[in-house]
Amino acid sequence: MKPPCKECDPLWREEFSVRKAGEAYVARCQFTKFLTLTSLGMFVGNLWILAKSFVSRQVSYPEQAIANLGEIPVGGVKVFQYPNPGEQCLLIRTGADEYAAYSQKCTHLSCAVYYSAENNRIECPCHEGYFSIRDGSVLQGPPTRPLPRVVLTRRNGQLIALGMDAEPES
Amino acid sequence: MDPSLPHRRRGLTAINGAMALVVVLVITQVWLLSATLDSFLAGRRSAALPGAIFSGLLFLGCGALYLFILRIERQARKEEREKP
Repeated sequence: MKPPCKECDPLWREEFSVRKAGEAYVARCQFTKFLTLTSLGMFVGNLWILAKSFVSRQVSYPEQAIANLGEIPVGGVKVFQYPNPGEQCLLIRTGADEYAAYSQKCTHLSCAVYYSAENNRIECPCHEGYFSIRDGSVLQGPPTRPLPRVVLTRRNGQLIALGMDAEPES
Repeated sequence: MDPSLPHRRRGLTAINGAMALVVVLVITQVWLLSATLDSFLAGRRSAALPGAIFSGLLFLGCGALYLFILRIERQARKEEREKP
């Protein structure tokens, strides 16, 4: 492109005298401003997570009787709702005197998981995510987080749900 | 930096460098946010505070670089205006 000279400049250049270098400055500045605002958004997101972590720390779960001892056979499953109605959980009798309870919502895309007695694991039929029956940890598949475990205790011949624990037992 | 270069060009080089740094910082922040969120959803709340602190530091870095770019630009415009 020929360098513009004052004598041969077209009329539009005189009337619309935008300098290309100046334009580049503005574009870069605006882009950086946009990126800085994006960075602010990320920071606000992190602050939101921090605030949520403080708030959810104070959440208290209700005590709820979910089954009688011996109500389900070994290898059997009972579906119950905890901590709120509509939040399905699985109670599994893994041994003569062993019970485990987990949220039925897969941590990948919230499909309903089920207990596979023949493989002795919890399986998600949507994307073949498998969870350990022992602690709810991921055995295989796309889920990256363990199944939330329902904390159980026994009282007066009943199994009582005390709360939810998202981290697997170590 | 070569002093023989026109000031505007030198300014653009500085701005490009700062902009590249801002891009790197924002990408790091995106990763940090997703990692913190994933950790929070997994029930590990201890990651939230360091995540917020580092994200704040990255944001401050981005802000400082943006101010640097503004200063360079203002300086370049001023020198251009003062040019005979």
